[in-house]
This record gives sequence, C-alpha cells and structure tokens, in this order.
Amino acid sequence: MSTEGVIYRVAGPVVTATGISPKMYDVVHVGNEKLMGEVIKIVGEYSIIQVYEDTDNVKPGEPVTNTGKPLSVELGPGLLESVYDGIQRPLPVLRDKMGDFIYRGVSAPGLDHEKKWDFEPTVKEGDTVSQGQIIGIVQEGPMEHKIMVPIGLNGKVDSIKAGSYTIDDTVAVIDGTDVCMVQYWPVRNPRPVEEKYQPDIPLVTGLRVLDTMFPLAKGGAAAIPGAFGTGKTVTQQSLAKYSDAEIVVYIGCGERGNEMTEVLTEFPELEDPRTGMKLMKRTVLIANTSNMPVAAREASVYTGMTIAEYFRDMGYNVALMADSTSRWAEAMREISSRLEEMPGEEGYPAYLAGRLSEFYERAARAKVLSGGDGSVSVIGAVSPPGGDLSEPVTQNTLRIVRVFWALDTKLRERRHFPTINWLTSYTMYDKQLLDWFKANVAEDYPALKAWAMKTLQKEAELQDVVQMVGSDSLPDEQKITLEVAKMIREIFLQQNAYDPVDCYCPLSRQYKMLTLIKKYSDLSEKALQAGAPVDKIAYLPVRTRFNQAKYEPKVDEELEAVDKDMDQQFAELGA
Amino acid sequence: MAKTAQISKEYKTVSQIAGPLIYVKKTEPVGYKEMVNIRLTDGTTRRGQVLDSSDEVVVVQVFEGTSGIDRDASVRFLGETMKMPVSKDMLGRILSGSGQPLDGGAPIVPEKELEINGAAINPWARDSPSDFIQTGISTIDGMNTLVRGQKLPIFSASGLPHNEIALQIARQAKVRGENEEFAVVFIAMGITNEEKQMFMKEFERTGALKNAVVFLNLADDPAVERTLTPRLGLTTAEYMAFDLGMQVLVIMTDITNYCEALRQIGAAREEVPGRRGYPGYMYTDLAQLYERAGRIKGKKGSITQIPILSMPGGDITHPIPDLSGYITEGQIVLSMDLHRNGIYPPVNVSSSLSRLMGGGTGEGRTREDHKGVSDQLYAAYAEGKDLRGLVAIVGKESLSAKDRKLLDFADLFEDRFVRQGPEEDRSIEETLDLGWELFTALDLDQITRISRKYIEKYMPKKA
Repeated sequence: MSTEGVIYRVAGPVVTATGISPKMYDVVHVGNEKLMGEVIKIVGEYSIIQVYEDTDNVKPGEPVTNTGKPLSVELGPGLLESVYDGIQRPLPVLRDKMGDFIYRGVSAPGLDHEKKWDFEPTVKEGDTVSQGQIIGIVQEGPMEHKIMVPIGLNGKVDSIKAGSYTIDDTVAVIDGTDVCMVQYWPVRNPRPVEEKYQPDIPLVTGLRVLDTMFPLAKGGAAAIPGAFGTGKTVTQQSLAKYSDAEIVVYIGCGERGNEMTEVLTEFPELEDPRTGMKLMKRTVLIANTSNMPVAAREASVYTGMTIAEYFRDMGYNVALMADSTSRWAEAMREISSRLEEMPGEEGYPAYLAGRLSEFYERAARAKVLSGGDGSVSVIGAVSPPGGDLSEPVTQNTLRIVRVFWALDTKLRERRHFPTINWLTSYTMYDKQLLDWFKANVAEDYPALKAWAMKTLQKEAELQDVVQMVGSDSLPDEQKITLEVAKMIREIFLQQNAYDPVDCYCPLSRQYKMLTLIKKYSDLSEKALQAGAPVDKIAYLPVRTRFNQAKYEPKVDEELEAVDKDMDQQFAELGA
Repeated sequence: MAKTAQISKEYKTVSQIAGPLIYVKKTEPVGYKEMVNIRLTDGTTRRGQVLDSSDEVVVVQVFEGTSGIDRDASVRFLGETMKMPVSKDMLGRILSGSGQPLDGGAPIVPEKELEINGAAINPWARDSPSDFIQTGISTIDGMNTLVRGQKLPIFSASGLPHNEIALQIARQAKVRGENEEFAVVFIAMGITNEEKQMFMKEFERTGALKNAVVFLNLADDPAVERTLTPRLGLTTAEYMAFDLGMQVLVIMTDITNYCEALRQIGAAREEVPGRRGYPGYMYTDLAQLYERAGRIKGKKGSITQIPILSMPGGDITHPIPDLSGYITEGQIVLSMDLHRNGIYPPVNVSSSLSRLMGGGTGEGRTREDHKGVSDQLYAAYAEGKDLRGLVAIVGKESLSAKDRKLLDFADLFEDRFVRQGPEEDRSIEETLDLGWELFTALDLDQITRISRKYIEKYMPKKA
C-alpha cells in the first residue's frame, strides 16, 4: 500500500489525488505545505480529499502523503481551558506561530507535550484492570482529570508509579503495554459506555423559563431554533455559564468572530455561582468562525463531541453547546456540492438526517466504563433561514431531540428576554423529571407550573378577544387573569442575562416567585368576591416592588418583604 | 490592479468557452486561484482566475467576460494569486471597482502588496468590540448602539433614504474623548451613475473625501469585478487599521448587487443552486467579507462595517438579508411606513438590533441609565404600537387611561425621538435626556424596565 501520491486536481477545498490507496476518512497531508485533509470518497485510483485549509495556489503534481489514520483528537491533561479550532489546533499556539491572522500549513498538537503533570495512581501493581477503568488522577486546575485505561486494553497492572510526567511518559505498564496519559480517539466514532440510562435528572440552568417550564434532562438533547437576533447565542452562553454541568464544551461552529471573542473574554472572568471557581477552568472552547475553512467547520462538532465524551467517561456531567448546527449542515452542503453529489432537499446532501441523528445520539446519561455515571447533554442551536422552521435542518433536528426551546422574534421586539416562546416550546422529559422536582424542590412544584402554563394559555385566548373588543369589556375575573398572566411574563419569565443578580435564579427562588404570583392571584380573586374594585386590585403598589425584587442584591429577603406587603395591602383593600 | 505579467509560458489550447469560463488544456501544473492573462486575437488582454485545476484541463473565470474570445486566444498563467498594492496615499482617492484610479490622478505607489482574500483573524487574537461610536442619530446611539469593530448593516428597500443615512453616519461618526485617526473606506457595488455622482458630490462638499478611499463599481461593470471590489476595499481597510493604526469605517453599498453577481457567476459555472438560485456557499462567501471587521489585541486600529443592502420586495426573510443577519452583529431596519409619514431617518427600532450594544454602553462608556432607557423605550413603543391596531377597531374612547398614554407615547416617540434632521448631530446625553423627557408622558408604574434609583436621578420633575 503506497502512502505517497500526487495531486491530480484542485477545486476549492476538494482535492483529488492519485497514487495513494487510503481507507475512507484517513487523514492525508496535501501539497508542498502539507495541508491537512481527510479522504471522503474513493473512486478507482482517485482519492477525493476535503482539505481543512485554504487551497489557493496549490497545484496538480504536488505531493500527497497518507497518514493511514482517521481524524483523531488528543485526549489527556491540558484539555481544560483550551481554545481550539475545528481540528483541535490550539488557537493561542497558532497565534504565537503565525500572528493575528490564520494562515495555512501550520500544524500544532492539541495538547502541550512538554508540560509535566503530577500523576497519582488509584490502582496498584498486580491489580486487574479493564478498558476505561480509572488508574490514576491528575489535578488539572480545580478538576480531577482521571486517567483511564485506553479502550481495548485489559489485564494486570505490571507497574504503575506516582510522579511528575509529561503526557507522553509511561505512567503504567498494563499487560505488557506502556500506558501514557494521552489517548487518541477518532472523532467520528462514539466512545463506548457500559449502558445508557433513561434520563431522569434535570440539567438545572438557573433560567426560570427553562428550569420550571421546559426542563432538559441530563444526557438529553435540546434544540434552540430561532431567526437571527432572537438570542440563540445569549441563551447558549447563559446555559454554558450557569447550568450545573461540571464540564462545558462550547463549539462555535461557523459563527461570528466577535461572538467567540465575547466568550473568550467573559468565560475566564466568570465565576460559577455554585462553586465560585472560574468558569474557564472547566471549559473547552472550539472556535471555528464563519470565515475559517469550511471543512474544519464540518469536523468541529465531532471534535467537540469526542472531547465531551472523554470527560463523560470519567464520570462527569458535561454540557455541550453547538452554535450553530445549521452552519455545520451548510458545511456539509458545501462540500457535498463540490463533490457533485445528488442533492436532497434545498441542496443539502441526502445523508443530512443521518448525520444529525448520529450526532445527537451521542448525547446520553450512562454508566461509564470506569464504573460511575456520566452524561453528555447537547444543546444545539439551529438557525433556520428566514425563521422558517419547516426547513430541512430544523425538521430533521426536531425528529431527534426531545426538548424544543422556540425563540420568538415578536418577543425580541418587545425586549422580552429570554425570547423563549412559552406557547410553542415543549419538553418531553416532563414525566421523567416529575419525581425529581417533587423530591428536590417542592411537592406542589409541578402543580404550580401547570397552573402557570394554564394561566398563560388562558391569556393567549383572552388576547384574541381583547384584540376585537378591548380589555374594558371583559368581565372582572378575566381582567385579573390578564394581570396575573402579565405578572408571570414580566416577573417570572423575563430574566436579564446581564444583571448580576437576575442572571442566575436557583430553583428554590423560582419556586418562591411563582408561589407569590399564585398568591397574588388567589388574593385577587378573594378581594374581587369581597367587592373590591378591579382597578385597585390590579394596581396595588406591591406589584412595582415585586417587579423590581429580582434585581435587588438581597433578593430573597426582598421577596419575603413582597410577601408581607402583599398580605398587608390586600388586607387594606378590605378583602 | 493585479501585478503585471511575469515571464511564463503561453498556451493556445482553449478547448471550450461557456459563460464567463474558458477551459484550457495545458501541460504544466497551474495553481488553484492563480491569476491568468488572456490575449485575444485582436491584441487586447483580459484577466482571469483559475477555478479548477487538474492535470488535463484548467477552468479559468474571465473577469471582463468572454465576448470576443475565440479558441485562438492565448492564455498565460501568472504563477501567483491576486494581490493589490496598498499605500497611505490612497486616502482622498477615487478608484474603480478593480482598483484603477478614476479621478485622473497618478497610479498608487505601493508600500505593500497584499492578498485580496485576506486571512481569517484568529479568534484568540480578537479584541472585544467595546468602544462606543457616536453616530449622532438617536435611534442608533440610544437604542442600537454601534461599537468599534462591529458590523452593523442597514436593511433597506428600494425607495428609502439609506444612502443619505450612510453619508450622515460617515460624516458624524466619532469616538468620544479621544483623538483617533478616522478613515472611511467607501465601497460601492453595482451603483448607478446617478448614485455615483451623488456620493462623489457629497464626499467633496463635506470634505469627507480627504479621509476616505472610494471604490466605485458601476451597474454596467462586469459581474466578476463586482465580487472583487469589496475584497479590494477591505484589504485597503485592513492595511489602514492594522498596519497604520487607524479607526476605519467601511461602508459597503449595495450588498444585494454583490449577491446578484455571485448568483450570476454560480449559474454560469452550473453549480447546484441553494435557496432562490443563490449559491449554497453564499453564507461562507458573505462571512469572508463581513468577518473582516474587528479589532485585534495589541493593535490600535479597528474595522467597523456598515454594509447596506436593499431587501428585495422589502422581505427580511429573503436569503440576502437573512444570511447577512446571521453573520452581522445586528441590523438597522428602515421602514417604508415611517418614510411615507415623512419621518427621517425612517428607522424601525422594533426590528432593529445591535448585538454588541451591551459591551459599548453603560457607566464609563455612555451613561449608567442607557440600558434601562433603551429597554423602556422599546417596551413602551411596542405596546403603544399594538394599541394602534386596537384603536382602529374600537376607537380611542374605549381605551383605559393608561393605554391612552401608551398610545400617545408611540406617536411622541416617532415624532420626537426617531425624527431628526439630516444635519442634526445629537450627542448620547441629548439622546438619553430626550428619552427621559418622553417618559414623563407615562405613569410611574408603567416604567418597569428601569431601576428605581435611575428614575429618581434622571426623571425630569413634573412642573
């Protein structure tokens, strides 16, 4: 089998080579500058390669080398806090090597091979270990990076020793095989687990509309489709910042450069509201912006997913954000059209649905090979052209995911943030999560939530009437319903991602706020029966205080005060 | 403005000519995107670029079109990709869409030659856009703030005064509190001769030309050239921003014409079309223009872009505004309704947005109450506008007192806040104070978006 060949044809990111006999998805180096590419089609003696870098001025006749290996990532200590492009080249290293702009032909390993890490074994000589089992621990910032037996290796530990090692040094010998801290894994293959579970624990995000109304389970997948300007990215970033996952993998796939900068400048500053440690310490970022090579964009989601799975295998809960899966699909479309493949719907390749489901299926909560439980929850942003949800990427995504957070342009125009539409969004994890919420928040929490949803639904119906005849002609009870629904919207659903207090709302406070709104509703009804005028009931001064309470530094005390004010002011109404 | 031909082999092996493409059989290897000179039998030359290169045949896209080319034309490959000469002396010059002087002045003496496609800024090297740029237009400064390094397009439609607004911004834009070097790169694509006259006159009348480089690709210039013009302009902008340390504002008009050219070329290449016949790679192609805006850590300069596009049929879901909106950081949408009501600038704030506003506003940048004021203006105006629909059915009498206030607020907002003169340059303080003045028309409990301490501090006391 020959590994050296020549370029036959160059057409944009698609290069055809002859003289090599590769396997599908083997990584090859193309041209004098050794540009990295991947074999995506084999036709007779011709190998068709997608190149991850710009191919300007690459000529037929230049050499091509087959590495014989599929596209893989390096997994090991040093992943956390890293910022990669779509094929795991660290962007800070690229900047050191070639300056502020990304030129081609520069390779850089994903991990630092010089740095030494303190390795602490957790098994001893003579122990029998199996693939995926934890054999030692490296403290990486605030996280314990667990070193696992490579997949496919089982046997007796011949030797293992604590000490300071680089990732290439041998830390143990298992069944005669040297084991070091770095592992390689092909990105397009899912990493194995012992057993996948039915998800029944919510991913708590601190966003009221998500946690209370449309919760996502750990190990589940959610889609956020929305037209541009509806706040997909802000929502994604809030989730990355505040969700209760131990590890965050954030993939900026074909999105704006300035947005990635925002993430890159904010995450190192942000503190996790629960642990107080810096968010960046437990984050891996992948930034392949829209003007970076399109083939690397295609690879970026797989690179991110493989890293996420690696941390899951240590027993961590990982949240993976992909922003945006539409750009990924477009990259597939672009490459497919260069290959002159038969197009499916809207020019997307016919295998679009298959690729999307393969990707989302890698989300799971599972018993991992190391013995514990770990999860990868996937939150994929979808950017439907023209906000039209019937387009292929959205439709194929909705067939797979079980949570749908619909972002709404109308709400954005009203500056109602987050712009998640409460009437069109849904979650199918409701029932599975019911017991957890009852046990961990309050017995009546699900009932309270149902009440709120019903009130909002009623409001939508009443609004139709109001549009026709005006609100004055409604009966008093319905006027109160409208006011209560308004409170749910303005106080509960609206949440300011930029406010230091309101940006994260613990479940206990979510419960308290909703309880207070329900109380206002109940007291209003009583007051109305006692004969109090509806204008008075609807505009009690406590409402202004309630509106503002979530921004107060001592918000929980403030909510107690609102509670007292409410009692007092309703009492004064003579109800 | 590509470099003149070097000594290299000439081929007389044109095998096929189709649309803007010629197919050349050749012997030596030719690079992808390599520049090409084509000499016609009548002695004239044209330029082109390699689109597809293989051992047997090379496909060349001819910039000036293929009319008059026959199989006897001779083709010379130049061995390099397209480069352009740049220099500080370009300020004050008016150039054609392919970079040749149009103003009768001397050719540009290059200080440097740069690849026109540019390279992607390493996201790690980017600095976050956070310096407020004051445009003097209330609807932009107050509610859709522009910051340095941002790309904020104007979504317009035929018949709306987007060019006047672009010129007003080019004239009034400033970074406050600092004495920075400002330059404007003005890129016109597919504009009519009349528009060209208007721009040139305005640039000269206001003296803005001395700090500007103007590229003009006219409606009757070849489509392929139209796809190069913005790249020439942006290469110039990058040189000025990152080599010379200037604050560069790039105004590109009209992106719609650019996209039409892309579609035309794509169709000629017989590519599989995406939505509405536009090429599937249009997102990536537009991104390669828009993403050249930004700031770089450790560098003084910046590139801020205001691309202008006219939405075909006023449809914001059309692929051109749609894909642009996904790449740019917000949009300023102009409205025909406001325009018909005689309001200039006819900015529809409800559908406009600046994503980077958060980083450029607030205490120390503009004023502490900025976000609150902006949110409240948006909310009250949206409610007031909704009520207009209702009033049309049930009449104003059946509204509650509070609703009537909101209704009046919407009118007041359009008349006082949105409307301003083409020469009227409002500072951010004037804009915010104007907002507070409008709030006096509302009841205190209708102001829900601003924290109490700012209400106490800034709300004008009623007499």
